[in-house]
Amino acid sequence: MAGFKPVYRKELYSFFASPTFYVVALIFLIIAGYFFFSAVSYYNILSFQGMQNPMWREQLNPTEMVLRPFFMDISVIMLLVCPLLTMRVLAEERKTNTSELLFTYPLSDTGVLLGKFLATLSVLFIIILGTLPSLIYFGTLTPLRWQIVGAGYLGLFLLAAAFISLGILASSLTENQIIAAVIAFGALLLFWVIGWSKAFTGPQMARFINYISIINHFENFAKGVIDIRDVVYYVVFSTFFLFLTLRFLESQRWRG
Amino acid sequence: MIEVESITKRYGSLVAIKDVSFTVEKGEIVGFLGPNGAGKTTTLKIITCYMPPSEGRVKVDGIDCFEDSLAVRKRLGYLPESVPLYREMTVRRFLRFVAESKGVEPKKRQKEIERVADTCGLSKVTNRIIGHLSKGYRQRVGIAQALINDPPILIFDEPTIGLDPSQIIEIRQLIKDLGEEKTIILSSHILPEVSQVCQKVIIINKGKVIATETPANLTSQLQKSTKIVLQVKSDSQPIDSIIERLNNIPGVLKVNREDHNGTLIVETDQTKDLRPQISRTVIENNWDLLEIKLHDFSLEDIFLELVTKEEEAS
Repeated sequence: MAGFKPVYRKELYSFFASPTFYVVALIFLIIAGYFFFSAVSYYNILSFQGMQNPMWREQLNPTEMVLRPFFMDISVIMLLVCPLLTMRVLAEERKTNTSELLFTYPLSDTGVLLGKFLATLSVLFIIILGTLPSLIYFGTLTPLRWQIVGAGYLGLFLLAAAFISLGILASSLTENQIIAAVIAFGALLLFWVIGWSKAFTGPQMARFINYISIINHFENFAKGVIDIRDVVYYVVFSTFFLFLTLRFLESQRWRG
Repeated sequence: MIEVESITKRYGSLVAIKDVSFTVEKGEIVGFLGPNGAGKTTTLKIITCYMPPSEGRVKVDGIDCFEDSLAVRKRLGYLPESVPLYREMTVRRFLRFVAESKGVEPKKRQKEIERVADTCGLSKVTNRIIGHLSKGYRQRVGIAQALINDPPILIFDEPTIGLDPSQIIEIRQLIKDLGEEKTIILSSHILPEVSQVCQKVIIINKGKVIATETPANLTSQLQKSTKIVLQVKSDSQPIDSIIERLNNIPGVLKVNREDHNGTLIVETDQTKDLRPQISRTVIENNWDLLEIKLHDFSLEDIFLELVTKEEEAS
């Protein structure tokens, strides 16, 4: 595991030294803010109607009406933003030949890769946590169940890990960052929309597709349910793609 | 210190190096010489454990590069050909990353960074961003990162390429100074560099080692005759007449005209110095002697001869 710490620190430094991070963070938070605003506005209108109609009042539920759509919306923004953060991770090292330094220092490949993976995950999660103040503010207006908020953020963290592992694999395939981003986006989108095809497949296949789909597992977290099967899915997903990346880095050096 | 045992590297169907073997002893400065594309960089990348060879093996300090690559990498400082650096970092931040990576203890890191920055003349620019530095300074940062943690073996791939003449002299001096206590492999396609700095030369062409010698030995081995360059002048006589007279001196093998200004190259028996006889002959025949000197067989000639011989053979 030699190499995890120096690479982790270097990657964090590189992220914060580059304008990409700030632009991505800004866009992410603006869009998240807009989604949050529309969810709260909708809830607001329903609350006014609820004042006149006691039947409705009982159905008013901030978790169901604000938190759940908000977490689902964030996952969509992540789908767009993640490839932009992961595209440079390995492709840039190859393009600028700094991989020659990295892999001739006494660092293990696993350490280097984990350092890069966790640094990117930390950076994305820092951006995601930027949405927390809106929820805290919302919590002062209406009682929120914070366990549900916690489950939502745990889900986002795991989803981010899965997205990033696939993004880093894409980044290891090429030295062109644009191509890395396109591959990552395409692959993530495929894992996302594959769940939609369960409507027209057989029951066996539908179960399988349901399990493979990257976003189906997130829906439980957005509702505030932590199911160990979902956690396992994301951990296995991330480990698998990181493992593939590791093998790929090795074979690249064999082939020269 | 470094044992390279018949390594071969193939990139797909292209054979980059074939059956290359050599050893480097402790404390030597070895020049690794060859035309562009000869396989220098490939060989160095294999020694530094960046990639494994297709066949053969490399041992550094008795440790196999493949079996315990991390232990080998700890003993090496490597400056790659393109001098890759993290350009968004400051010099100090970059060197700190290198120190962390090479496992310098946290307490000693600061001191180690100061030391290499001092050795490489970087003290004034440690807080500047690498991307903003001039090429010469970037080269020095590249050397500085190789020196961190004081590895016993240094490998420099074309360290002076793209520098201006005064910087080249500085870097060569730096390498010479380092060579007093370290084992250094230096690749280059510039010959004077190698003859000035190195104690041993390995010449490689088309992926094969074609000579391993000291610069002095190479010269004496390949030198079959002594060459004397002289320039003569006469207003009345044709140049052929003096060439004929020179040819008649015992020991002279051949006289060639170098140009139309009266410069001649006299090839003589290696064992004798014929300069007195030649100058006397010139003057006795009423020619003016403008210049006479021994022509040193330069590494350049040897290199060309070896490389072209190799090509004729194949």
